This record gives sequence, structure tokens and C-alpha cells, in this order.
Amino acid sequence: MKKSVFFGALAATTLVSGLAMAGTLDDVKARGELICGSNTGLTGFGAPDASGNWSGFDVDLCRALAAAILGDASKVKFVPTTGETRFTALQSGEVDLLVRNSTWTASRDSELALDFVAVNYYDGQGFMVNKALGVSSAKELDGATVCIQTGTTTELNLADFFKENNISYQPVNVADDAEAQRQYTAGACDAFTTDASGLAATRATLPDAENHVILPEIISKEPLGPVVRNGDSAWGDVVRWTYYALLIAEEKGITAANVEEVATSTADEEVKRLLGVSGEMGAKFGLDNAAFKNAILAVGNYGEIFSRNIGEGTSINLARGLNALWTQGGLQYAPPFR
Amino acid sequence: MAQSFNRTEMLPALPPPISQRGAVKWMNENLLSSPLNIFLTVVGFAAIVLIIVSAFPWWANSVWNAGSLKECRDIVTASAGEGASGACWAYLRVWWGAVIFGHQYPVDERWRPILTFGLLFVALAPVLFAGQKRSLLIILGAVAAYSLLTLSLAAAPAVPFVLALLGIAALLVLSQVQPAKLLWFTLAFPPLCFWLLWGGSIWTPIVAMAGFAVLYFVFRAASPVIGLAPAAGAGLVAAVLWWLFAQGPIVENLDAILRVELLFVPSDEFGGFLLSTVIGITGITFSLPIGILLALGRQSDMPIVKMLCVIFIEAIRGVPLITLLFVAAFVLGFFLPPNSNFDLLLRVLILVTVFSAAYLAEVLRGSLAALPRGQYEAADALGLDYWRAQRLIILPQALKISIPAIVSSFIGLFKDTTLVTIVALYEPLKGITGLVRADVNWKGIYWEPYIFVGTIFFVFCFGMSRYSKYLEGKLKTDHR
Repeated sequence: MKKSVFFGALAATTLVSGLAMAGTLDDVKARGELICGSNTGLTGFGAPDASGNWSGFDVDLCRALAAAILGDASKVKFVPTTGETRFTALQSGEVDLLVRNSTWTASRDSELALDFVAVNYYDGQGFMVNKALGVSSAKELDGATVCIQTGTTTELNLADFFKENNISYQPVNVADDAEAQRQYTAGACDAFTTDASGLAATRATLPDAENHVILPEIISKEPLGPVVRNGDSAWGDVVRWTYYALLIAEEKGITAANVEEVATSTADEEVKRLLGVSGEMGAKFGLDNAAFKNAILAVGNYGEIFSRNIGEGTSINLARGLNALWTQGGLQYAPPFR
Repeated sequence: MAQSFNRTEMLPALPPPISQRGAVKWMNENLLSSPLNIFLTVVGFAAIVLIIVSAFPWWANSVWNAGSLKECRDIVTASAGEGASGACWAYLRVWWGAVIFGHQYPVDERWRPILTFGLLFVALAPVLFAGQKRSLLIILGAVAAYSLLTLSLAAAPAVPFVLALLGIAALLVLSQVQPAKLLWFTLAFPPLCFWLLWGGSIWTPIVAMAGFAVLYFVFRAASPVIGLAPAAGAGLVAAVLWWLFAQGPIVENLDAILRVELLFVPSDEFGGFLLSTVIGITGITFSLPIGILLALGRQSDMPIVKMLCVIFIEAIRGVPLITLLFVAAFVLGFFLPPNSNFDLLLRVLILVTVFSAAYLAEVLRGSLAALPRGQYEAADALGLDYWRAQRLIILPQALKISIPAIVSSFIGLFKDTTLVTIVALYEPLKGITGLVRADVNWKGIYWEPYIFVGTIFFVFCFGMSRYSKYLEGKLKTDHR
């Protein structure tokens, strides 16, 4: 009874503060700075270096957004959030949006009063094992010890997967990635499971990477993407279409290097609208007409962001896979820009 | 003639047999006195040998200069052969600044925390070693040497560099001429520290301190008229009014006249050991007086005061620190007006101070209860009022008894500063280390950051512990 009163009060205050902060876009413009809730540090996706410069796949989306809204990709402040604090930080208005590897789930969308506006990375849970184990499929892991982070959805997915396949496993609980890597290299567990992107990053930094293999099974869907507060759809649209602009740019072959040239020379009407050469598309979002051009100019198109931070050739070395454009067999698909 | 032999002097005593002296005796008594002890000794030695044998190569193969963990491994393999393991301390070379100051603290301003850290000891010296010229000389001399060295290493700008060294030299002279006067520097240190670390206009801390002067004068003027406690209340109200309404305009006007300022560094740019020490030292400094007041309040005869103190202490003590930190960081956000900018570090500082004060209050309550009843009665018999009795008779004795417990509470507080990682502040143990591990060059490093940070924490805590030992000895007046 008491509990429901408390949550009622909490919900009411959330509502009130939500109403009071109805115009996130205006807030950002007035502040002259975008506050982006990011990871406390995740290799390739978002982490500051020793002198405080943030970089990463998620970080670049924040920069693109800052460039679109404020015309300057450097006008963004990264507020680190932990797995426990991220959604509260967003709800209480401490950050304008979250771009930090948060999985889009039904309950988060409904119960937590959040809006997932896009999926910038399709991830899924996988397994990494030592080649010496002689295993080529996760279904052969009967009786294996598995390093698993406690309190995450990966833990539940793991239990489901083993139950469905009617095999047994022995969980080795670890608190975070670093500890998992430690346990795995020390041989405390036969297999390590987490998001495939995380597995790739971990594998890349093992002293004997060639002796380890990531198994083909992906046992869960982990669509990761930017999150905004419920009830501010204008702001959600800005975030969503800035992201789509980066996708369209890749589709049309517009890069950071050639965007200026394309803007003057193109005959493609959609590209003209996207780059603000014709039409008033930016203004419809409450932005400058050159907003999306600025975003592309600042960070490049989706493919550039991908290959710069996590793609093949970087030490994380992720293939595009599901994150290829729809024209190339992936899932990244932007609605028409008109 | 029978020659008789009379010994004229005593034979020198023979040394005890070999089995009854020296190392052999000690070993017999302590290591091999019974079958169980023999067994334990053997097992213990085996364990020690095993640990040394397994860990020694790792230490011996330490790499201090490399660009990434992979390079470290290559160097170890090249020098010690395939499969050898080695510590990779090279990460410190890249991440040193971040571990000490936080990765976001502006590089050009790093001389400020460095100087503040030195001055901290100048400010502590007259409190810790009251009136001992020799100790003061050693500490201030060390601070001068430290500042000269580290400030030049950090490439401090010329003007503050010269000013800082002149200031320290002046304090050094002062400590030898009039050691008692050095306490004034201790009083001036908190605002100075605030200004050096956070920057901004110099008038902000000065005018804020003037608020305390307002408090004092109102208290002095009002106390003969309305009594001590109401006068203290009136003083507090006056000071709060000063801070709320007078502070801003006065600072603006003074800025217009003479602008002295340092680059403002917002507190979310603090990190590493800078963050730990700021939280630790602030917590320690403010929790002691608050704890004393709470302890006295809990012993008070006034029911409302007593009840408030009990509720406060029990409520705070009954909740884990992590919960309080969560409340500070996030739940408060729901109840504050939107876009109100109530600094996260400030919230954490308040919570940590309050938490530590509640524990200290209980520690002190124990020692207040341990004082013989006669001491209280003697104070009453001398006709001392409540505050004088506490200040002159009760507290000096109570605090002395509780030194070990207070210091251990402080040590606990200092170590608890690492918990702020849970509200995404970059403390050195998990926060900065997490960043090191998120750096693709250093991902996979495990023991080294823990060992380094642990060592620094050990130095601080061991220092505190040794000082408490020294203080106990110095204040020892009984003849047990």
C-alpha cells in the first residue's frame, strides 16, 4: 500500500517534470549545449581517452545531433551513466537523451515511460570459447561452465537458451566485463557470453586471440538505440531523423568529405532536400535547413561512423552483418526523406 | 705444601645452550612447539614460497614503457620468453593524469590541485602538531620541496608559481617565529582550497566567508540580549540571508572593481584521486564537528533536541551508503525544479558528510558514556555552564578516549569514497580503471590498476593510522 503511494507520487512528479520539460529541443537550443547520457566507458561505443576526449560509435551519434541542432559538433556534454542510473537520469531530466547501448524492450518502452526512437546497432548475445574445447556450436556446450554478468538480460537469455535445447550449464557469475575477461582467460569458465559486439572487443584484446572463437549462434535480439523521454515527440523526431539522415547519406554515397560538393552538384531531389538545398525540411523539425548537412559534415555517414569506430580494420573488427544497409542485406533502413 | 685454590672472581656466565637462545629458541617456541604448530609452520611456509614463486616473475617482468597492453605482452615475451607473464605498469604513463586528476580536469590547470594538496598539509600541520616547531619545520619544508618539484613538473604558469613558493616560504618563517599564528592559515584554507580547485572569481569564496563573519557578529551582538541558542539561530538566519541575497550582487560589484579569477572547473570534471581526496577530506573535516554536536544532542536533557538527533542518527545509520548516494544522485532530481543545477558532487559531499557524522556521533556517545559520572558533577560543581563544561572538561577527555575509533571511522570514510562510482563519478578504483579498460589499447588489463590504487589508498590510510597512534601516545596522561 505504502509502496504504491510512493510510486504514485514518483509517477506524478515524473509527469510534472515531464510536462515542465516538454520542449527538450528548445531547452537544448537555449542552453547551447546537448547533454548526452553515455556509457561510463565501453570500448568502441563510447569512452573518453586519457585527456577526456570522448569517441565511439554512440558518441558520434551525439555529435551528429549537436551538429544538426546547434551547428557545432563540439557543443555536446557527455554525462556518464551506469546501467543502474541511466533511465533515472533520463527521466529526471539530467540528460536530453541516452545513447549508450540500451536494449529496446517492450517493458522499457511502456513501463519506464521512455521512447526508443531508432536502432543504431543490432546486437545479439553470443558465446566465445577456446578452440581447444573443440566446440563449433553453442548447442554442444552441455555441462559447460559459462561466465555471465549477473543482473542483466543476458543472464535470462542464457537460461532460456539452455533450457530450450535441453542441455545443462554451470554459471560463473561475474560483475562486469573486465572480471569476465579475467575469469575466462584464467580458465574459470569454458565459455563467455555477452553481446556479440562485446565479445568481439574482448577477443580482440586477448593475448592469444587466434585461439578463441565466437560461436555462430546468436541467442537473443538486442536492438540498441537512442532513448528519449516519453511525451516529447518533436524531440524524438529530431533524434530519429538525424539518425536516418546518416543512413540516407550512406545509401546515397554522401560522405563527410564530399557532402559540400554533392550539395552543389546533385540532381537527386531527395538528396537536395536532405542537404537543405531545396525545400524546408530542416525547418519542419524546428532546425536549420542545413541541419542534416552539418551532421554529415561533422561525423560522416552511418557507414563511416561504423568503420571508424568498430568496423573491420579497427581493433574491434566487427562485420556489418545485420547493420548493413537494407540494400546490402542488412536491417538498416531509413524511410523516405520527403 | 698443599696449594689451595681459591677463586677470587666469579666465572663469567656461560651463554645458554644453543637450543635455548637466539633464532633456534624463537623457532622452537613459536614455530615448532607442538605437532600442530609444526604442521601449520610447514603449510604456512609452503604457501609463502608458492606465492612468491608464482608471483615473482610477474613483478620481475614489469614493463614501464609501452604504448598498449599488446606491446607490453610483446616486450615480456621478447625478454622473458614465450608464455611468461609480466605486469604492465606502462598504462600509468598514458593514464597518469587521469588517475590523479580525472580525465576531464583541464591539463593546463593541473597545478592547482597539486598546489592545494601541498597547502593541505600546511593547513593540517598546526592542528596535527600544535606548537611543535620542529615538526612544523619538517612538514613545511617538505611541502616547499614538493611544491617546487611538482609545480615545475606540471609547468605551472610563472605568476602563481612564484606566488605559491613565496607564500609557502612566508608560512615557513611564520611557523618558526610564531607557530600559533599558523592556525589562521588553517582557517583561511577551506575557501582558498575551494577557489584553487573550482576556480572562478576570487571574491566568491571571500564574500561567502564574510557570511560567517556576519553570523559571528550577529551572534555576539544578540547573545547577551536573547541568550546563546536563539542568538546562534539569529546568526544563522542572517548568514543564510547574506548568502542568498547579498552574495551575488557584492561579488559582481567587486568583480567590476578588481577581477581576479581562475578558469572555472565544474565539479563533473573532477575525477581520480583528486575526487577521492576532495570527498574524503571534506567528509572528515565537516563530519567531526557535526558528529560532536549530534552526540551531545543525543545526550541532551531537552527532549526535542534529543529526539531529533536520535531520529537523524538512526535514520542515516540504518541505510546503506549506496542507497543514500542513489537518493542524492537521482531521487533528488525528481523533487527539484526542472533544470535546477544542484551540483552532483555537492550532493554527494553532503551525503557522505552526514553519513560519517552519524557514525561519529555514536562513537562519541560511547566515549561520553565511558567518562566517570564524577567528571560531569565536577564540572557542575565548578559552576561551569553547559558549553564550557563540555569544552573544558568533557570533550577533551571523551575525544581522547575515542581517538582510535574516530580515526578508524575516518579511514572507513576515505575508503568508502570509492563507492561514488555507482553514481557515475570517476573515482580511481572502478571509475578511472573502467576507462582504462574501455581504451582499446589497454582493454584486458586487470591487476595493475587495482594494485596501484590499492597502494595509494594504503599509504593514506596507514598514515592516518600511524598519526592516531602518535596522538594517543602524546595525549597519554595516565600511568597505567
